[in-house]
Amino acid sequence: MLTSVLVVLFLALLIGSILGFSSIKFKVDGDPIIDKIDSILPQTQCGQCSYPGCKPYATAIAKGEADINQCPPGGEDGVRKLAELMGVEYKPLNEEHGAIKPKSIAVIDEDTCIGCTLCIQACPVDAILGSAKHMHTIIEKECTGCELCLPPCPVDCIDMIAIQESTENWKWKYPVFNIKNQKQRVSH
Amino acid sequence: MINQQSPFIQKAASVTNIMLMVILALVPGLIFYVYFFGVGVLLNVFVASLTALIAEYFVLKMRKLPPKVYLSDGSALVAAWLLALSIPSIAPWWIIVVGTLFTIVIAKHFYGGLGSNIFNPAMIGYAVLLISFPAIMTKWPSPIENSLSIESIRQALQVFFYGLTQVGDGLTSATPLDYIKTELLQGQILPDITIRNFGLATILTSNQIISLAYLLGGIVLLHKKIISWHLPITYLLSLAFISGLFHLIDPNNYSTISFHLLNGGTMLCAFFIITDPVSGPTTPKGKIWFACMVAILVYVIRVFGGYPEGIAFAVIFMNICVPLIDNLTQPKVFGHG
Amino acid sequence: MNIIDTIFKFNGGIKADTKKSVSTVRPIKKIKMPKQLILPLRQHVGKVAKLKVNIGEKVLKGQLLAEADGNVSAAIHAPTSGTVASLEKQLIPHPSGLPDYCVTLIPDGKDTWIEKKPINWKKIDRKETIKKISESGIVGLGGATFPTHLKLNNNNEVKTLIVNAAECEPYITCDDMLMREKSAELVEGIRLALHLLGAQNAIIGIEDNKPEAIEKLALLIKNDANISIKIVPTIYPSGDAKRLIYLITGIQIAKGKRSTEYGMQMFNVATIVALYKFIHCGEPSITRIITITGKVRTPNNYEVLFGTPLSDLIIDAGGKASKNGSFIMGGPMMGYKLPSVNVPVTKAMNCVIDAEPEMIENNNPVLPCIRCAKCAEACPVNLQPQELFWFSQSNQFEKAENYNLFDCIECGCCSYVCPSNIPLVQYYRYAKSEIISDRYAKEEADIARERNDFRLERLQREKEERAKKIAERKANTSSDEKSKVIDEKRKAITEALERVKQEGVSEKND
Repeated sequence: MLTSVLVVLFLALLIGSILGFSSIKFKVDGDPIIDKIDSILPQTQCGQCSYPGCKPYATAIAKGEADINQCPPGGEDGVRKLAELMGVEYKPLNEEHGAIKPKSIAVIDEDTCIGCTLCIQACPVDAILGSAKHMHTIIEKECTGCELCLPPCPVDCIDMIAIQESTENWKWKYPVFNIKNQKQRVSH
Repeated sequence: MINQQSPFIQKAASVTNIMLMVILALVPGLIFYVYFFGVGVLLNVFVASLTALIAEYFVLKMRKLPPKVYLSDGSALVAAWLLALSIPSIAPWWIIVVGTLFTIVIAKHFYGGLGSNIFNPAMIGYAVLLISFPAIMTKWPSPIENSLSIESIRQALQVFFYGLTQVGDGLTSATPLDYIKTELLQGQILPDITIRNFGLATILTSNQIISLAYLLGGIVLLHKKIISWHLPITYLLSLAFISGLFHLIDPNNYSTISFHLLNGGTMLCAFFIITDPVSGPTTPKGKIWFACMVAILVYVIRVFGGYPEGIAFAVIFMNICVPLIDNLTQPKVFGHG
Repeated sequence: MNIIDTIFKFNGGIKADTKKSVSTVRPIKKIKMPKQLILPLRQHVGKVAKLKVNIGEKVLKGQLLAEADGNVSAAIHAPTSGTVASLEKQLIPHPSGLPDYCVTLIPDGKDTWIEKKPINWKKIDRKETIKKISESGIVGLGGATFPTHLKLNNNNEVKTLIVNAAECEPYITCDDMLMREKSAELVEGIRLALHLLGAQNAIIGIEDNKPEAIEKLALLIKNDANISIKIVPTIYPSGDAKRLIYLITGIQIAKGKRSTEYGMQMFNVATIVALYKFIHCGEPSITRIITITGKVRTPNNYEVLFGTPLSDLIIDAGGKASKNGSFIMGGPMMGYKLPSVNVPVTKAMNCVIDAEPEMIENNNPVLPCIRCAKCAEACPVNLQPQELFWFSQSNQFEKAENYNLFDCIECGCCSYVCPSNIPLVQYYRYAKSEIISDRYAKEEADIARERNDFRLERLQREKEERAKKIAERKANTSSDEKSKVIDEKRKAITEALERVKQEGVSEKND
């Protein structure tokens, strides 16, 4: 009886010390979960999630204040990845925060632009080139399609143009074939 | 229509071809079985096939898949035949029906259907029957003379539909594995054990000839490249090795290599049961490990375990280990390492 | 000089019906000048060529139309003399069926050459010659279209030149006919390439189903001690670069490593002949041999100018250039269906098959995977195609990458042998596409995050600077100065009040 108690006590001490040692040696500094969430978000910085940018939204998800399905630019894929990371159930995108739109780029109609710099101040990634009373133009490569420049423009000269499929960005599609209407095999 | 991308040519291989070849390879064994033990096995095979096809048809309809396409791939037939050849041919009709239903509906379709079942369906069916109806599943037939005479056909039909109790006990005898095991347990040593004679052939010889017929079928499958050599050869060699080892150590208590290789379901297992592609490993090294472990388990169950034949349980147990085996035996990719 | 059979064998591969004899019965043919030549600006790996001529300009045969944009790019030259009619988006041979920018050239019928400037390679510096080759428009003509001058540049590390004469895909015979009819140019080109690379030996890797070509070449190289022929067995895909190197030398080159790291460089036979023509005759890359085969009445090989409409070739070969016809560019194992017959011949087009209906419409049902692993047996890269299939089908791209998805050369052997008729390669192409576009999207997202972070930082900085300025201005006016200002103001007010009082009194007195 005494030996069994001693053996169990010894095992408990051994395993406890291993756990304690590991918690000190393998401790992870900081809170990487916010960065992990942020790396899944598409960085459009559009604010459709009702937070002023992707990092604040990531912080809110980490704190549990926001739900994972508030980001339309991330799409269904983004929600699934967040669900997997946070260990919660997948839920479809919340319609209140906007619908999924095809990726677009903003284009300024140079004839109409008056050079007021209001859009430059609004762009979250500084993708608009220009200064007061000078022509403004959008750097195509840097534009994330967030549409934050559309409301401030007083002459409504900015349009969102969807990115066209071209030989440069064309992708192979997921193979789809009809299972239900298949016929029997034709012998060779 | 799928062929809008390369490759635009294809080899004339199909799942139906593979399954049909497997069934054809079972025919020599079946013929000798009928010759020695009567037409009971034919009844079992026929009812099993019918049950399998009907059950699969209804399950496919429930799953909303096209029945004609999936029925014609022949996988249900193969599972049904293997089950029918594994159970005693004097079992009543409802045994094979229950077993086949379990095989097709639960072991195959409940796990996802063709290509998704984890366990070998025929072996699951056999294990379920063995554990649920042990009395019936341990009564094996004795060899008959004139197995194709009207008398024996009538007898076989009677046993099939009414069961053994109605007909009498003279039709049964223990299988060689069973007989040797019980004798050894009672303290006899091997040289002293004699097998009862049944006229033309002893039970020992009849089983051995059937096994050789399965071996012939298996060699045809190997030749046609339907199965690869890794599984059957490794299985037979491992079983030979372990039985030979024990026989060398103590010849009085452990049977010979040929006894283990040619009795029970060894040949059927080697070429038809462990070679089931869906539940087995996919890598060459993995196949060798799998076959080796199955052989060792079969021997252990036969000699030290509670059942005279251990194939079903050994195969089911190793099916659980297949994902791990696959993961650990990935072959070296061209240029890596 | 030796001709020996190779001894190394790679795992897998398939032996299909080669169907090559139909297109090798007749010699290489030329067709008459077409009414217009359509030249896509992108016929190579790398950046699109930049148009150098103006619309309406008259050009000579061999004149530069578009120059290479940077190092990884190739030039486009006029295949004949004529007028540059337009630059617009037209249908090109691309699996997407999307159009791309093409220059249209209307031939004037005179076919006048520009002044040809051959290069005496034995006398000129190697680096100079390679620079000139970078302006020649020569790209790999085996189908990969990689700019050749990039492969010639090396720091004396290449010791062996391997000539890819395997041509392993069924139906294709353009390299075979090139070797039969232009063997002298090929061997001279090999000598030239040896010099350009600074290599010592050349090995011609050729399949054993080309005995006529082997004979012709053997005769020509019998006095060259450093050129030899190694015959490989006819198994598809023995013509794949890394597979061929393994067959010839036994060296396995992994993905991500180049053959130059092992002292070898490989060129296709057509590329070598193009190099020869450029250096010896001063002719830039404007033509190639193409096989037209399949349902056409007289399958044949043609020496064709780039930009020739494909329909002209199909009609000459006795086929129907109809809108409903299906045409496969490349071989049946790795080629793709053309969007229409109205596409031009490009540098990548080595073969066009007028496809039989059963090649395009496979109505056999697709069954689930039965894990038979026949695909793994057939894979020449020793991958596990069934695992890649399960992961690609279920969009588990990370796992697919772990199982070496990017080592896959998309040869099609796995799909060829699958008994369940699963189109395996389609899944791998899809998965690779998705992974690459995900990577690109992630890179873009990282840049956007950085720009956003920098903007927030900048705004914060500006705010702080503004606050500092205001604080400084407030702090600069000290309390002494403040009271002085107040005193002065008080004095002025008192004086003004006094003045008003004085004026009021004097008014009363009057």
